[in-house]
Amino acid sequence: MDWGNILGNAVGELISPTTAAYALAAIGLGVHFGYTGLLNFGQAAFMLIGAYGFAIPTISFGAPLPVAVLCALIASVLFALFLGIPTLRLRADYLAIVTIAAAEVVRYIVTTTGLTDVTGAANGLSGFKGTFAASNPIPDGTYGFGPFTYNAYDWWVRIVGWGLVILASVLVFLLMRSPWGRIVKGIREDEDAVRSLGKNVFSYKMQALVMGGVMGSIAGIVFILPRAVQPANYTTGLTFFIWTIMLLGGAATIFGPIVGSMIFWVVLSLTQGVLYGAIESGFLGFLSTTQAGQIRFMLVGIALMLLVIFRPQGIFGNKKELSFSV
Amino acid sequence: MSDPIDGGTTTPEAIPTTHPFVKGEVGPGCAKVDPIVVADGVSRAFGGLKAVDVAHLEIPRGKITALIGPNGAGKTTMFNLLTGFDKPNTGTWDFNGRSLAGVPAFKVARAGMVRTFQLTKSLGRLTVLQNMLLGATKQPGENIFTALVRPLWKSREAEITVKADELLERFKLDAKREDYAASLSGGQRKLLEMARALMSDPELIMLDEPMAGVNPALTQSLLGHIRNLKSDGTSVLFVEHDMHMVMHISDWVIVMAEGTIVAEGPPDTVMKDPAVIDAYLGAHHDTDLSDLTGDDHVVEDAQAAAEAVHQQQSKEKKA
Repeated sequence: MDWGNILGNAVGELISPTTAAYALAAIGLGVHFGYTGLLNFGQAAFMLIGAYGFAIPTISFGAPLPVAVLCALIASVLFALFLGIPTLRLRADYLAIVTIAAAEVVRYIVTTTGLTDVTGAANGLSGFKGTFAASNPIPDGTYGFGPFTYNAYDWWVRIVGWGLVILASVLVFLLMRSPWGRIVKGIREDEDAVRSLGKNVFSYKMQALVMGGVMGSIAGIVFILPRAVQPANYTTGLTFFIWTIMLLGGAATIFGPIVGSMIFWVVLSLTQGVLYGAIESGFLGFLSTTQAGQIRFMLVGIALMLLVIFRPQGIFGNKKELSFSV
Repeated sequence: MSDPIDGGTTTPEAIPTTHPFVKGEVGPGCAKVDPIVVADGVSRAFGGLKAVDVAHLEIPRGKITALIGPNGAGKTTMFNLLTGFDKPNTGTWDFNGRSLAGVPAFKVARAGMVRTFQLTKSLGRLTVLQNMLLGATKQPGENIFTALVRPLWKSREAEITVKADELLERFKLDAKREDYAASLSGGQRKLLEMARALMSDPELIMLDEPMAGVNPALTQSLLGHIRNLKSDGTSVLFVEHDMHMVMHISDWVIVMAEGTIVAEGPPDTVMKDPAVIDAYLGAHHDTDLSDLTGDDHVVEDAQAAAEAVHQQQSKEKKA
């Protein structure tokens, strides 16, 4: 087993753009669930809408970078309104059902062969990175040291991705210490009480849904910058990974989603490296590498269960806050 | 009572038929000199059951009004309807001359009609102070954009914090200021909910069983708070089963039974109204409970039997 390589790959995940994308999506989900109490089981759909909303205008219409980003944002705002208007007046569980269904619906829509010209159907989309690469101020070349050696494009993706993570975290911090944050947290506790105090609960829930959804769609853009758009990436599995990350770090915390995402990806990379290494060296000869890949996600499932049972508040969560059964 | 509901019953004392609050004669649904809430034809059915069917109701301004009645009389449903938490099948009502029928709950609260809940709704994972601040109005930081810039809402936050601290002190919750509301006892949550409702300086505060689960010493101070509200010019409407409290502080009593208003009047006369005794108080309402459950089982049994017969008769009369 090449331990140096395994550890190098794992450490590289700490700042990978995928980690940043998952962290962003988890920050958005934290606004939904952690602060406002909205059960959104369709965060993958917001990521999908971000990805396609950015890629389609770029490929089909040659839209410049800011226009493509704007398209993605507008699409996710519309999607949030579309989900929220019928469900936010109802009890919390309705949103959960509607979001999980809507996420599957949009995934099937982009996979439809009838839309191959636009969405690429099951093959997805590629060739949308030109405008982003052109915005890169870093001169061509390879930079960094050890496991953190990347070319100019890869550095630019990481810088932009983590810059957006920091921006989103600051935004959430500013909002949650404000009276606005007090109201959404109040809604999480008991929306009728907040309504009886003269606050327009529906409007606040909608604002939170839109904000978390926009963060999800930005995450979707960051997610596709190092790869192609693949509809198979946006299954409910993606949503549950983001839930895992959010719960791992702590649902209503600022650093929780970031650290949760880092741990999630480092552990996935480590287990993959160790399992593959063990198979290659004949140590686990009865397993194929495909099976090993599946085992990693079983481990994720077990970790999620243990987490919810033994540390429901996550790593950064306030134990006291969760110790009350309200 | 000028128009006794069960015509046959003779009343032991003459009941005054006029009152300074009332235009014309006192009776169920009578018009008030200065009403703050006027409701007409409000009805709400759950399936086949008519939970509320009120032809006319007026709540006097600047007074403490008690809404009493047996369990299932429709008191809480009436609260929910008036405050926009439930939609009636029919009916209109206005508050301060402004129609509130079909207005959502948060706008009712903003109009100055704030309620509390029978089952307290304290916001557990917010601190007591945050609970209080949530009750305040005109905080610009509640807008998502101004929220981002602290200087825009800092001064208002300081103002409402001062106000919240005053109220917390008045309700003896100041020591709990930084604790999570979930750590409060049931009685303290009642206090917190009432204090929180007062943050917006409502014109009419509607308290749904404010004394349930509150210990006697605290009840005394709560009664004091409610009286103070009245002297500050706030109108109070409350639902309560504790007759001592009702007799003690209310200026006006409205009695509901089976969804309708069966009687109203000042507390001392309403308690003598046969309709009220039948529907709610029971024959032994002014007897000490220990007299009923004491050693003299023979007397107790005889009384119980007499009461059963009495109730049977009144049921037949209604049917």
